Amino acid sequence: MTTWVFSEEIDGHASASALELLTKARTFGDTSVFHVGEGSDTAFAELGAHGATKVYHLAIGDRLPGAPAAAALAALAEEHGAELIMFGMGNTDRDVAGRLSARIGKPVLGNAVNVTLDGAVRVTSEILGGTQAVVTEATGPAPALVLVRSKAFPAESSGEGAPEVTPVSMPDLGHAGTAVITESHVEESEGPDLEVAGVVVAGGRGVGSEEKWVVIEELASQLDAAVGSTRAVIDAGWVPSRLQVGQTGKTVKPDVYICAGVSGAMQHLVGMKDSGTIIAINKDAEAPIFAVADLGIVGDLHAVVPKLIQALQDRA
Amino acid sequence: MRIAVCVKQIPDPATPYDLDPDTHRVVRPNDQVLDDTDRFGVEVGLQLAEGDDGSVTLFSMSPSGSLQGIRQALAMGADKAVIIDDAALAGSDALTTSRILAAAIEREGFDLVVAGTESTDGYTGVVPQQIAELLEVPSLTFARKVEVTEGGIRVEQQTAGGYDVAEAALPALLSVTSGVVDPRYPTFKGIMQAKKKPIDTITAEDLGFTTDQVGDAGAGQTITSVTAVPSREAGEIIEDDGEAYLKIVALLEQAKVI
Repeated sequence: MTTWVFSEEIDGHASASALELLTKARTFGDTSVFHVGEGSDTAFAELGAHGATKVYHLAIGDRLPGAPAAAALAALAEEHGAELIMFGMGNTDRDVAGRLSARIGKPVLGNAVNVTLDGAVRVTSEILGGTQAVVTEATGPAPALVLVRSKAFPAESSGEGAPEVTPVSMPDLGHAGTAVITESHVEESEGPDLEVAGVVVAGGRGVGSEEKWVVIEELASQLDAAVGSTRAVIDAGWVPSRLQVGQTGKTVKPDVYICAGVSGAMQHLVGMKDSGTIIAINKDAEAPIFAVADLGIVGDLHAVVPKLIQALQDRA
Repeated sequence: MRIAVCVKQIPDPATPYDLDPDTHRVVRPNDQVLDDTDRFGVEVGLQLAEGDDGSVTLFSMSPSGSLQGIRQALAMGADKAVIIDDAALAGSDALTTSRILAAAIEREGFDLVVAGTESTDGYTGVVPQQIAELLEVPSLTFARKVEVTEGGIRVEQQTAGGYDVAEAALPALLSVTSGVVDPRYPTFKGIMQAKKKPIDTITAEDLGFTTDQVGDAGAGQTITSVTAVPSREAGEIIEDDGEAYLKIVALLEQAKVI
């Protein structure tokens, strides 16, 4: 019985979620990784250093990974008697986990913030805006498929060396495996990465308009912070969706989270409530965001934030 | 093109909902609304159908109740709806939901399945991929832009550092993110027409499932506990008197980020 972790190669590196999951998985015992992508030595070394003893590598070329990776992983899981297969919550993770689930007839336990393996696989997830913790047990025959939220486990190197890498051949799936990537584009983003930034400045619909959004960017730039947003702002088209913090976006745990014009809907709170210090500016004194804020300022963000930016500039 | 759009009726997110303390299931009111994320799927379906004289059929697994949410989608312009409403389905997990929807879609026939990325109330977020695997078709997921090609579909998919363009031939499944299109609002005419549009209500048995394959009995998971998470303590809340920014500066200093 083994634990498996799914890894996707991103810009020559193993996915951040894979390293987090390996840190947890190695406490359960022998851990194998199923890795999709080009297969760089850097990625393999990272996986080894985080506790992978064996890496099964599927080179997918221009194919969309979902269908072929699910088929290859299903075969490996059966061959090796996988007990638990852990995925992150990234798009590729969900594509592979979903298709694998249907292929082998096992459900996906999603949104996990903790996983235990003690006779049975149990996952803890948080629902209703993180106010309720639900423990779900996988029943029926192994393997259990689990999707784990980012940052549920901190990635820590175990200092191990390179893993044994075994290439996996591309399964023939007929029509289902024919989706291809024809172009890849990199969108330049300024400032630090939202998921690792020490400071995040987030704006909500209360910012008012796309033209006024610059105030959020200026404050972020002043603090060398990443910019985040609520889903309402994404839906309004003011910023790209990769800036979304919350249930269907990213989970962030910066040292300081400053949000302006964010009401604090449950879907947003689950993505940021574990930040170190939370500072909220909102004109509605009843806004739920104030229930989690260390400092809440009831007022017009367009009055408060420019003064804050000026004060920070004056210090520089 | 025959377009199948998966939709879900959910309790109105604006009104708090509860879990039944015994079954741990969401207590569903009779009046449910169309999941907001599904409006994008419906709109994409309508736009693609309008381009080539196609049809849009809604598929939903839900206790029908007042069908208010389904009528919302029909009022936007969908042609008909297939509802799988069966008491035996209560407690079904996402995989069972996918199996039921896939079976209903296959029975009706399709060229393209469109789904939202995930439901607002459940958010397992893998139903579209499961349906694609069950229907043995390629899946183009998390699309932020969609266009029809010769015999296929092309999308832009958000990635960690930008976006990819991906293509697949039909039949295929497409899942779309919020913001992919501007969903139309139902017109008065649309609302009136929706009342006359066909809604087929079928059971799991009609699709060839037995009661032990679905619902609680068919679920490969069981909830063992639900507990309250200790809430974060609220801090200091002050009214801005023109000097409140100084408090922020002080706190940033204290947190050693400036």
